[in-house]
Amino acid sequence: MIALLRRDLMLAVRAGGGFGLGLAFFLIVVVLVPFGVGPETELLRRIAPGILWVAALLSALLTLDRIFALDWEDGSLALLATSPLPMEGVALVKAAAHWLTTGLPLTLAGPVLGVLLSLDPAVVPVLLASLAIGTPALSVIGAFGAAVTVGLRRGGLLLSLLVLPLYVPTLIFGAEAVRLSAEGQGAGTALLLLGGVTLGTCALLPFAAAAVLRINLRSSA
Amino acid sequence: MTLSVTDLSCARGGMPVLEGVSFTLEPGRVLVLRGPNGIGKTTLLRTIAGLQPALSGEITGAEDRVAYGAHADGLKAALTVWENLAFWAGIYGTPLERIKPALFAFDLYPLQYRQAQALSAGQKRRLSLARLLLTGRPVWLLDEPTVSMDAASVGLFAEAVKAQCADGGSALIATHIDLGLETDTLDLTPYKATPVWEFADRAEEEEFFA
Repeated sequence: MIALLRRDLMLAVRAGGGFGLGLAFFLIVVVLVPFGVGPETELLRRIAPGILWVAALLSALLTLDRIFALDWEDGSLALLATSPLPMEGVALVKAAAHWLTTGLPLTLAGPVLGVLLSLDPAVVPVLLASLAIGTPALSVIGAFGAAVTVGLRRGGLLLSLLVLPLYVPTLIFGAEAVRLSAEGQGAGTALLLLGGVTLGTCALLPFAAAAVLRINLRSSA
Repeated sequence: MTLSVTDLSCARGGMPVLEGVSFTLEPGRVLVLRGPNGIGKTTLLRTIAGLQPALSGEITGAEDRVAYGAHADGLKAALTVWENLAFWAGIYGTPLERIKPALFAFDLYPLQYRQAQALSAGQKRRLSLARLLLTGRPVWLLDEPTVSMDAASVGLFAEAVKAQCADGGSALIATHIDLGLETDTLDLTPYKATPVWEFADRAEEEEFFA
Protein backbone atom coordinates (compact mmCIF):
# COMPACT_ATOMS: atom_id res chain seq x y z
CA MET A 1 0.00 0.00 0.00
CA ILE A 2 2.94 2.27 0.71
CA ALA A 3 4.22 1.50 -2.79
CA LEU A 4 0.91 2.61 -4.32
CA LEU A 5 0.83 5.79 -2.24
CA ARG A 6 4.41 6.61 -3.18
CA ARG A 7 3.71 6.00 -6.86
CA ASP A 8 0.60 8.17 -6.86
CA LEU A 9 2.38 11.04 -5.15
CA MET A 10 5.31 10.72 -7.55
CA LEU A 11 2.97 10.76 -10.53
CA ALA A 12 1.13 13.77 -9.14
CA VAL A 13 4.22 15.95 -8.92
CA ARG A 14 5.66 14.87 -12.29
CA ALA A 15 4.73 16.66 -15.48
CA GLY A 16 1.03 16.38 -16.26
CA GLY A 17 0.28 14.98 -12.83
CA GLY A 18 -2.14 17.73 -11.93
CA PHE A 19 -0.71 18.46 -8.49
CA GLY A 20 -1.22 22.21 -8.78
CA LEU A 21 -4.62 22.05 -10.45
CA GLY A 22 -6.79 22.10 -7.33
CA LEU A 23 -4.59 24.62 -5.59
CA ALA A 24 -4.54 26.96 -8.60
CA PHE A 25 -8.33 26.80 -8.88
CA PHE A 26 -8.68 27.56 -5.17
CA LEU A 27 -6.36 30.53 -5.57
CA ILE A 28 -8.24 31.86 -8.58
CA VAL A 29 -11.66 31.69 -6.90
CA VAL A 30 -10.46 33.32 -3.70
CA VAL A 31 -8.61 36.05 -5.57
CA LEU A 32 -11.56 36.81 -7.84
CA VAL A 33 -14.27 37.00 -5.18
CA PRO A 34 -13.17 40.37 -3.74
CA PHE A 35 -13.23 41.81 -7.27
CA GLY A 36 -16.72 40.42 -7.69
CA VAL A 37 -18.30 41.66 -4.48
CA GLY A 38 -16.40 44.92 -4.23
CA PRO A 39 -14.03 46.29 -1.60
CA GLU A 40 -16.38 46.06 1.36
CA THR A 41 -14.23 44.67 4.12
CA GLU A 42 -17.14 44.04 6.48
CA LEU A 43 -19.10 42.04 3.90
CA LEU A 44 -16.02 40.08 2.84
CA ARG A 45 -15.18 39.28 6.42
CA ARG A 46 -18.66 37.85 6.89
CA ILE A 47 -18.70 35.69 3.78
CA ALA A 48 -15.02 34.61 3.93
CA PRO A 49 -15.59 31.24 5.70
CA GLY A 50 -18.27 30.25 3.21
CA ILE A 51 -16.20 31.34 0.20
CA LEU A 52 -13.12 29.48 1.41
CA TRP A 53 -15.09 26.32 2.02
CA VAL A 54 -16.98 26.45 -1.28
CA ALA A 55 -13.74 27.09 -3.14
CA ALA A 56 -12.04 24.17 -1.38
CA LEU A 57 -14.96 21.91 -2.22
CA LEU A 58 -14.98 22.90 -5.89
CA SER A 59 -11.24 22.46 -6.30
CA ALA A 60 -11.48 19.01 -4.76
CA LEU A 61 -14.31 18.24 -7.18
CA LEU A 62 -12.24 19.44 -10.13
CA THR A 63 -9.52 16.87 -9.51
CA LEU A 64 -11.71 13.88 -8.62
CA ASP A 65 -12.00 12.18 -11.98
CA ARG A 66 -8.24 11.62 -12.06
CA ILE A 67 -8.35 9.35 -9.02
CA PHE A 68 -9.14 6.18 -10.94
CA ALA A 69 -9.53 7.23 -14.58
CA LEU A 70 -5.81 7.22 -15.41
CA ASP A 71 -5.20 3.79 -13.89
CA TRP A 72 -8.29 2.54 -15.64
CA GLU A 73 -7.18 3.75 -19.06
CA ASP A 74 -3.68 2.30 -18.99
CA GLY A 75 -4.89 -1.01 -17.57
CA SER A 76 -3.05 -0.82 -14.26
CA LEU A 77 -6.31 -0.86 -12.30
CA ALA A 78 -7.10 -4.35 -13.64
CA LEU A 79 -3.57 -5.44 -12.76
CA LEU A 80 -3.95 -3.99 -9.26
CA ALA A 81 -7.22 -5.89 -8.91
CA THR A 82 -5.37 -9.15 -9.51
CA SER A 83 -2.55 -8.22 -7.12
CA PRO A 84 -2.36 -9.10 -3.42
CA LEU A 85 -3.65 -5.63 -2.47
CA PRO A 86 -7.29 -5.71 -1.43
CA MET A 87 -9.44 -3.42 -3.55
CA GLU A 88 -10.58 -1.65 -0.37
CA GLY A 89 -6.94 -0.81 0.33
CA VAL A 90 -6.50 0.49 -3.21
CA ALA A 91 -9.54 2.76 -2.80
CA LEU A 92 -8.35 4.06 0.57
CA VAL A 93 -4.80 4.71 -0.66
CA LYS A 94 -6.09 6.46 -3.76
CA ALA A 95 -8.27 8.71 -1.59
CA ALA A 96 -5.31 9.38 0.71
CA ALA A 97 -3.12 10.34 -2.25
CA HIS A 98 -5.85 12.66 -3.48
CA TRP A 99 -6.06 14.30 -0.07
CA LEU A 100 -2.29 14.73 0.16
CA THR A 101 -2.17 16.37 -3.27
CA THR A 102 -5.36 18.46 -2.95
CA GLY A 103 -6.85 18.63 0.56
CA LEU A 104 -3.61 19.20 2.43
CA PRO A 105 -2.31 22.03 0.19
CA LEU A 106 -5.77 23.66 0.35
CA THR A 107 -5.76 23.43 4.13
CA LEU A 108 -2.37 25.10 4.31
CA ALA A 109 -3.28 27.75 1.72
CA GLY A 110 -6.67 28.55 3.32
CA PRO A 111 -5.46 30.87 6.11
CA VAL A 112 -3.02 32.62 3.74
CA LEU A 113 -5.70 33.32 1.17
CA GLY A 114 -8.10 34.26 3.96
CA VAL A 115 -6.15 37.50 4.18
CA LEU A 116 -7.49 38.46 0.76
CA LEU A 117 -11.02 38.06 2.12
CA SER A 118 -10.08 40.05 5.25
CA LEU A 119 -10.72 37.00 7.36
CA ASP A 120 -10.52 37.70 11.07
CA PRO A 121 -7.06 36.48 12.21
CA ALA A 122 -8.63 35.15 15.39
CA VAL A 123 -10.53 32.45 13.47
CA VAL A 124 -7.50 31.13 11.58
CA PRO A 125 -6.93 28.20 13.98
CA VAL A 126 -10.54 27.11 13.60
CA LEU A 127 -10.36 27.51 9.83
CA LEU A 128 -7.22 25.36 9.74
CA ALA A 129 -8.84 22.76 11.97
CA SER A 130 -12.08 22.67 9.98
CA LEU A 131 -10.25 22.26 6.67
CA ALA A 132 -7.89 19.65 8.10
CA ILE A 133 -10.80 17.67 9.57
CA GLY A 134 -13.22 18.16 6.70
CA THR A 135 -11.18 17.79 3.50
CA PRO A 136 -10.41 14.07 3.98
CA ALA A 137 -14.16 13.47 3.68
CA LEU A 138 -14.12 15.32 0.33
CA SER A 139 -11.40 12.98 -0.95
CA VAL A 140 -13.02 9.77 0.30
CA ILE A 141 -16.50 10.67 -0.97
CA GLY A 142 -14.90 11.77 -4.22
CA ALA A 143 -13.00 8.51 -4.57
CA PHE A 144 -16.31 6.68 -4.25
CA GLY A 145 -17.88 8.86 -6.93
CA ALA A 146 -14.84 8.39 -9.17
CA ALA A 147 -15.09 4.63 -8.70
CA VAL A 148 -18.75 4.64 -9.76
CA THR A 149 -18.09 6.63 -12.92
CA VAL A 150 -14.68 5.16 -13.80
CA GLY A 151 -15.71 3.32 -16.94
CA LEU A 152 -17.57 6.25 -18.44
CA ARG A 153 -16.05 8.51 -21.02
CA ARG A 154 -16.58 12.12 -20.00
CA GLY A 155 -18.20 10.99 -16.78
CA GLY A 156 -17.42 14.33 -15.12
CA LEU A 157 -20.99 15.60 -15.11
CA LEU A 158 -22.38 12.44 -13.56
CA LEU A 159 -19.54 12.45 -11.05
CA SER A 160 -20.37 16.00 -9.94
CA LEU A 161 -24.06 15.22 -9.66
CA LEU A 162 -23.35 12.13 -7.58
CA VAL A 163 -20.84 13.70 -5.29
CA LEU A 164 -22.20 17.20 -4.66
CA PRO A 165 -25.15 16.17 -2.46
CA LEU A 166 -22.80 14.00 -0.41
CA TYR A 167 -20.51 17.00 0.07
CA VAL A 168 -23.23 19.17 1.59
CA PRO A 169 -22.89 18.02 5.24
CA THR A 170 -19.15 18.62 5.16
CA LEU A 171 -19.67 22.06 3.66
CA ILE A 172 -22.34 23.02 6.19
CA PHE A 173 -20.40 21.94 9.27
CA GLY A 174 -17.06 23.19 7.95
CA ALA A 175 -18.30 26.70 7.15
CA GLU A 176 -20.45 26.73 10.27
CA ALA A 177 -17.47 26.04 12.52
CA VAL A 178 -15.57 29.01 11.12
CA ARG A 179 -18.64 31.26 11.20
CA LEU A 180 -19.42 30.43 14.83
CA SER A 181 -15.85 31.09 15.77
CA ALA A 182 -15.93 34.44 13.94
CA GLU A 183 -18.99 35.38 15.99
CA GLY A 184 -17.11 34.55 19.14
CA GLN A 185 -19.03 31.37 19.89
CA GLY A 186 -17.62 27.91 20.48
CA ALA A 187 -17.00 25.96 17.28
CA GLY A 188 -16.56 22.65 19.09
CA THR A 189 -19.89 21.08 18.16
CA ALA A 190 -19.58 21.87 14.47
CA LEU A 191 -16.01 20.55 14.41
CA LEU A 192 -17.09 17.34 16.15
CA LEU A 193 -19.89 16.81 13.64
CA LEU A 194 -17.44 17.52 10.83
CA GLY A 195 -15.08 14.93 12.30
CA GLY A 196 -17.98 12.51 12.56
CA VAL A 197 -18.77 12.88 8.85
CA THR A 198 -15.10 12.36 7.96
CA LEU A 199 -14.66 9.30 10.16
CA GLY A 200 -17.91 7.77 8.97
CA THR A 201 -17.05 8.20 5.29
CA CYS A 202 -13.48 6.97 5.79
CA ALA A 203 -14.79 3.86 7.51
CA LEU A 204 -17.54 2.98 5.03
CA LEU A 205 -16.88 4.40 1.59
CA PRO A 206 -13.65 2.52 0.75
CA PHE A 207 -15.71 -0.67 0.91
CA ALA A 208 -18.40 0.81 -1.33
CA ALA A 209 -15.75 2.13 -3.75
CA ALA A 210 -14.04 -1.27 -3.89
CA ALA A 211 -17.35 -2.98 -4.60
CA VAL A 212 -18.22 -0.70 -7.52
CA LEU A 213 -14.66 -0.91 -8.88
CA ARG A 214 -14.95 -4.70 -8.99
CA ILE A 215 -18.27 -4.43 -10.81
CA ASN A 216 -16.86 -1.91 -13.26
CA LEU A 217 -13.81 -4.10 -13.90
CA ARG A 218 -16.03 -7.06 -14.71
CA SER A 219 -17.44 -5.48 -17.80
CA SER A 220 -14.26 -3.94 -19.18
CA ALA A 221 -12.63 -5.77 -22.04
CA MET B 1 -0.13 -27.13 -7.24
CA THR B 2 -2.10 -27.66 -10.40
CA LEU B 3 -4.43 -25.08 -11.89
CA SER B 4 -7.55 -26.90 -12.86
CA VAL B 5 -10.63 -25.64 -14.60
CA THR B 6 -13.74 -27.80 -14.63
CA ASP B 7 -16.79 -27.31 -16.80
CA LEU B 8 -16.34 -23.56 -16.85
CA SER B 9 -18.77 -21.23 -18.61
CA CYS B 10 -18.09 -17.55 -18.93
CA ALA B 11 -19.73 -14.52 -20.50
CA ARG B 12 -18.63 -11.32 -22.15
CA GLY B 13 -20.94 -8.32 -21.94
CA GLY B 14 -23.72 -10.51 -20.57
CA MET B 15 -23.60 -12.99 -23.49
CA PRO B 16 -22.25 -16.47 -22.81
CA VAL B 17 -19.20 -17.06 -25.02
CA LEU B 18 -17.67 -20.27 -23.68
CA GLU B 19 -19.21 -23.26 -21.98
CA GLY B 20 -17.95 -26.54 -20.63
CA VAL B 21 -14.26 -25.62 -20.71
CA SER B 22 -12.14 -28.08 -18.74
CA PHE B 23 -8.38 -28.40 -18.55
CA THR B 24 -5.57 -28.76 -16.09
CA LEU B 25 -2.27 -26.97 -16.05
CA GLU B 26 0.47 -28.90 -14.27
CA PRO B 27 3.50 -27.12 -12.79
CA GLY B 28 6.24 -26.82 -15.37
CA ARG B 29 3.86 -26.82 -18.32
CA VAL B 30 2.78 -24.20 -20.82
CA LEU B 31 -0.71 -24.27 -22.24
CA VAL B 32 -1.43 -22.21 -25.34
CA LEU B 33 -5.00 -21.08 -25.95
CA ARG B 34 -6.01 -20.94 -29.58
CA GLY B 35 -9.14 -20.01 -31.40
CA PRO B 36 -10.49 -17.34 -33.72
CA ASN B 37 -11.04 -13.73 -32.63
CA GLY B 38 -14.01 -13.34 -30.35
CA ILE B 39 -14.05 -16.95 -29.19
CA GLY B 40 -13.41 -15.84 -25.60
CA LYS B 41 -9.68 -16.26 -24.93
CA THR B 42 -9.47 -12.97 -23.06
CA THR B 43 -12.74 -13.69 -21.25
CA LEU B 44 -11.41 -17.05 -20.09
CA LEU B 45 -8.15 -15.52 -18.83
CA ARG B 46 -10.00 -12.70 -17.05
CA THR B 47 -12.30 -15.22 -15.40
CA ILE B 48 -9.39 -17.31 -14.15
CA ALA B 49 -7.63 -14.14 -12.98
CA GLY B 50 -10.72 -13.36 -10.88
CA LEU B 51 -11.64 -10.15 -12.65
CA GLN B 52 -15.06 -11.46 -13.56
CA PRO B 53 -17.22 -14.21 -12.12
CA ALA B 54 -17.79 -17.48 -13.97
CA LEU B 55 -21.34 -18.31 -15.02
CA SER B 56 -20.81 -21.85 -13.81
CA GLY B 57 -18.04 -24.33 -13.27
CA GLU B 58 -15.06 -24.43 -10.98
CA ILE B 59 -11.53 -23.04 -10.94
CA THR B 60 -9.08 -24.38 -8.39
CA GLY B 61 -5.50 -23.43 -7.70
CA ALA B 62 -5.82 -19.87 -9.03
CA GLU B 63 -6.43 -17.95 -5.80
CA ASP B 64 -3.40 -15.74 -5.02
CA ARG B 65 -1.23 -17.80 -7.35
CA VAL B 66 -1.76 -16.15 -10.74
CA ALA B 67 -0.12 -13.15 -12.35
CA TYR B 68 -2.26 -11.66 -15.07
CA GLY B 69 -0.77 -9.93 -18.09
CA ALA B 70 -3.44 -8.10 -20.03
CA HIS B 71 -3.59 -6.52 -23.50
CA ALA B 72 -2.95 -3.14 -21.90
CA ASP B 73 0.60 -2.65 -20.67
CA GLY B 74 -0.41 -1.03 -17.38
CA LEU B 75 2.62 1.27 -17.41
CA LYS B 76 2.89 4.79 -16.06
CA ALA B 77 4.24 7.05 -18.79
CA ALA B 78 5.77 9.58 -16.39
CA LEU B 79 7.73 6.96 -14.43
CA THR B 80 11.01 5.46 -15.56
CA VAL B 81 11.41 1.81 -16.49
CA TRP B 82 13.02 1.12 -13.12
CA GLU B 83 10.33 2.99 -11.18
CA ASN B 84 7.56 1.13 -12.97
CA LEU B 85 9.09 -2.19 -11.97
CA ALA B 86 9.88 -0.98 -8.45
CA PHE B 87 6.21 -0.10 -7.99
CA TRP B 88 5.05 -3.61 -8.89
CA ALA B 89 7.81 -5.14 -6.78
CA GLY B 90 6.47 -3.08 -3.86
CA ILE B 91 2.90 -4.21 -4.50
CA TYR B 92 3.90 -7.88 -4.54
CA GLY B 93 6.39 -7.50 -1.69
CA THR B 94 9.30 -8.58 -3.88
CA PRO B 95 12.78 -7.38 -2.87
CA LEU B 96 14.14 -4.65 -5.13
CA GLU B 97 17.26 -6.71 -5.93
CA ARG B 98 15.05 -8.80 -8.21
CA ILE B 99 14.50 -5.85 -10.55
CA LYS B 100 17.95 -6.05 -12.11
CA PRO B 101 17.63 -9.67 -13.29
CA ALA B 102 14.18 -8.83 -14.64
CA LEU B 103 15.64 -5.92 -16.60
CA PHE B 104 18.35 -8.15 -18.05
CA ALA B 105 15.87 -10.90 -18.88
CA PHE B 106 14.00 -8.55 -21.19
CA ASP B 107 17.02 -6.57 -22.38
CA LEU B 108 15.78 -3.39 -20.68
CA TYR B 109 18.86 -2.66 -18.58
CA PRO B 110 20.21 0.09 -20.85
CA LEU B 111 16.76 1.74 -20.80
CA GLN B 112 16.19 1.62 -17.06
CA TYR B 113 16.36 5.38 -16.46
CA ARG B 114 14.21 6.24 -19.41
CA GLN B 115 10.60 7.31 -18.89
CA ALA B 116 8.10 4.76 -20.10
CA GLN B 117 6.58 7.32 -22.48
CA ALA B 118 9.89 7.39 -24.38
CA LEU B 119 9.79 3.67 -25.11
CA SER B 120 8.69 2.08 -28.36
CA ALA B 121 5.62 -0.16 -28.41
CA GLY B 122 7.74 -3.30 -28.36
CA GLN B 123 9.87 -2.00 -25.49
CA LYS B 124 6.74 -1.15 -23.50
CA ARG B 125 5.52 -4.65 -24.09
CA ARG B 126 8.81 -6.06 -22.80
CA LEU B 127 8.60 -3.86 -19.70
CA SER B 128 5.07 -5.06 -19.11
CA LEU B 129 6.29 -8.68 -19.30
CA ALA B 130 9.27 -7.97 -17.02
CA ARG B 131 6.67 -7.07 -14.39
CA LEU B 132 5.64 -10.76 -14.30
CA LEU B 133 9.08 -11.76 -13.02
CA LEU B 134 8.54 -9.48 -10.01
CA THR B 135 5.16 -10.86 -9.03
CA GLY B 136 6.68 -14.08 -7.73
CA ARG B 137 3.46 -15.81 -8.73
CA PRO B 138 3.74 -19.37 -10.06
CA VAL B 139 1.05 -19.24 -12.73
CA TRP B 140 1.19 -16.67 -15.54
CA LEU B 141 -1.99 -15.83 -17.42
CA LEU B 142 -0.96 -13.96 -20.54
CA ASP B 143 -3.16 -12.37 -23.12
CA GLU B 144 -1.40 -11.92 -26.47
CA PRO B 145 1.95 -11.25 -24.79
CA THR B 146 3.95 -10.92 -27.98
CA VAL B 147 1.95 -8.20 -29.74
CA SER B 148 4.29 -5.64 -31.39
CA MET B 149 7.43 -7.54 -30.34
CA ASP B 150 10.13 -8.50 -32.84
CA ALA B 151 11.56 -12.01 -33.23
CA ALA B 152 14.44 -11.35 -30.83
CA SER B 153 12.06 -10.10 -28.13
CA VAL B 154 9.78 -13.08 -28.62
CA GLY B 155 12.90 -15.19 -28.07
CA LEU B 156 13.57 -13.38 -24.77
CA PHE B 157 9.98 -13.94 -23.75
CA ALA B 158 10.21 -17.65 -24.61
CA GLU B 159 13.35 -17.88 -22.46
CA ALA B 160 11.55 -16.22 -19.56
CA VAL B 161 8.64 -18.64 -19.85
CA LYS B 162 11.09 -21.53 -19.98
CA ALA B 163 12.84 -20.30 -16.83
CA GLN B 164 9.49 -19.88 -15.12
CA CYS B 165 8.55 -23.48 -15.96
CA ALA B 166 11.94 -24.80 -14.86
CA ASP B 167 11.23 -23.07 -11.56
CA GLY B 168 8.05 -25.08 -11.08
CA GLY B 169 5.78 -22.41 -12.50
CA SER B 170 3.42 -22.64 -15.41
CA ALA B 171 1.86 -20.38 -18.00
CA LEU B 172 -1.46 -20.12 -19.77
CA ILE B 173 -0.94 -18.07 -22.91
CA ALA B 174 -3.41 -16.83 -25.48
CA THR B 175 -1.46 -16.28 -28.65
CA HIS B 176 -1.62 -16.76 -32.39
CA ILE B 177 2.10 -17.19 -33.01
CA ASP B 178 4.47 -20.09 -32.45
CA LEU B 179 6.64 -19.35 -29.41
CA GLY B 180 9.19 -22.06 -30.22
CA LEU B 181 8.45 -23.73 -26.91
CA GLU B 182 7.31 -27.18 -26.04
CA THR B 183 3.68 -26.47 -25.22
CA ASP B 184 0.28 -28.06 -24.91
CA THR B 185 -2.46 -26.51 -26.99
CA LEU B 186 -6.09 -25.96 -26.17
CA ASP B 187 -8.32 -24.95 -29.04
CA LEU B 188 -11.36 -23.15 -27.67
CA THR B 189 -13.46 -23.49 -30.83
CA PRO B 190 -15.38 -26.60 -29.65
CA TYR B 191 -16.39 -24.83 -26.43
CA LYS B 192 -18.20 -21.99 -28.16
CA ALA B 193 -21.42 -21.32 -26.25
CA THR B 194 -24.57 -22.14 -28.13
CA PRO B 195 -26.53 -18.93 -28.49
CA VAL B 196 -29.84 -18.74 -26.70
CA TRP B 197 -31.51 -18.13 -30.00
CA GLU B 198 -30.17 -17.79 -33.50
CA PHE B 199 -31.91 -17.39 -36.82
CA ALA B 200 -31.14 -20.24 -39.16
CA ASP B 201 -30.91 -17.92 -42.15
CA ARG B 202 -31.78 -14.46 -43.40
CA ALA B 203 -35.23 -15.52 -44.59
CA GLU B 204 -36.22 -16.73 -41.15
CA GLU B 205 -34.99 -13.49 -39.60
CA GLU B 206 -37.00 -11.39 -42.04
CA GLU B 207 -40.06 -13.49 -41.45
CA PHE B 208 -39.68 -13.07 -37.69
CA PHE B 209 -39.48 -9.30 -37.86
CA ALA B 210 -42.16 -8.96 -40.53
